[in-house]
Amino acid sequence: MYSFNYVRAKSLKEAGDLLAANGEAKLLAGGMTLIPTLKARLAQPSHLIDIGGIAELSGIEAKDGKLSIGAATQHVEVARSAVVKKAIPALAYLANLIGDPQVRNRGTIGGSLANNDPAADYPSAALALGATIVTNKREIAVDDFFQGMFATALDAGEMIVKVVFPVPMKAAYEKFPHPASGYAMAGSFVAQNSKGVRVAITGAGPGVFRWKEAEAALGKKLAAASVEALNVDATDLNEDMHGTKEYRANLAKVMTKRAVAKLSGK
Amino acid sequence: MAKVELKINGKQHSYDVEDRTLLVNLIRDSAQLTGTHVGCDTSQCGACTIHMNGVAVKSCTVLAAQANGADIVTIEGLAKNGKLHPVQQAFTECHALQCGFCTPGMIMAVTGFLKDNPNPSDDEIYHGLEGNLCRCTGYINIVKAVKKSAELMRK
Repeated sequence: MYSFNYVRAKSLKEAGDLLAANGEAKLLAGGMTLIPTLKARLAQPSHLIDIGGIAELSGIEAKDGKLSIGAATQHVEVARSAVVKKAIPALAYLANLIGDPQVRNRGTIGGSLANNDPAADYPSAALALGATIVTNKREIAVDDFFQGMFATALDAGEMIVKVVFPVPMKAAYEKFPHPASGYAMAGSFVAQNSKGVRVAITGAGPGVFRWKEAEAALGKKLAAASVEALNVDATDLNEDMHGTKEYRANLAKVMTKRAVAKLSGK
Repeated sequence: MAKVELKINGKQHSYDVEDRTLLVNLIRDSAQLTGTHVGCDTSQCGACTIHMNGVAVKSCTVLAAQANGADIVTIEGLAKNGKLHPVQQAFTECHALQCGFCTPGMIMAVTGFLKDNPNPSDDEIYHGLEGNLCRCTGYINIVKAVKKSAELMRK
């Protein structure tokens, strides 16, 4: 690791001020992605502002058809939360599939969304559920938030405070994890609300994306058979030693079918 | 430099370390507790697993400065008054180790998840051990030891 200055922020305001005052600073919460990135010398921040201990960034609340999760809430808390299990059980299920137990004890939802790893789990839930990302400056609709590989709409000096998920009628997540890393080779989050069905695919492409053809077909009939004749366009998907574009396209479809089957209770 | 004041195995310590120092290095180099191992150093193998404020974490992926004020338990802190912790006892009885390199991390991970799930099924044990690798692949006896641990701890 290159050297940096570690600062522990005591409040949201202090963290915001520190971030504004130090252009090359990075926020640290769980550190499950940031610390490995620093070890690989892929980043060289001047300061690490530790926001992991800020009480106002943590917590889970369900109110008026919305589920709010604080940015520094750990995966383990989402996975175990009775509130999450009641409001959006698919989200608790997803959280329990992230990394491994030790990683879930540290990693946070805000960190996962801000990092926008193309194979991370949470971005698919946020996109399919139509979440709102609340920052220290504004509210960002999820459709504007993810901007491709490791890129988001967050400005320098902006930090996620909480994520607000509208509670869907039905939702399900299925992923095919890479056997070594646990990251999604392809994952599909399917959610149905009064406006229709949304399908978000992670792991397969350079960033999370909506599979709109499947959404339209599932909007007409919510059954795994509705996507049978469709195919995810493989053109822009990831291709590496673990799988071809076509393999990932097929996997995304299979995961979608499984998620739909789960959602419709079949 | 960062001043890190923390409790390790019940004893209060204070160290001045570089801001970039990892918790595992503080434990091994400053506190001289070398039972916590560095395996992959990339948060995959789990050999560096310790308990921080009661939960299992990979100490190669936590900064020492993040542990300022924390209560740390390492493998050296599990046995009490010369008596092995039930998980250590079970690992011994089931011969849940071959080379032993992963064992401290395995034991810390297992004591962590048995707190939440005192009677795990096989699948729950596999899920609970996902963050720990045994390069000797001695998983069969490790799983046996987890069951035995759970049994000993329920007594």
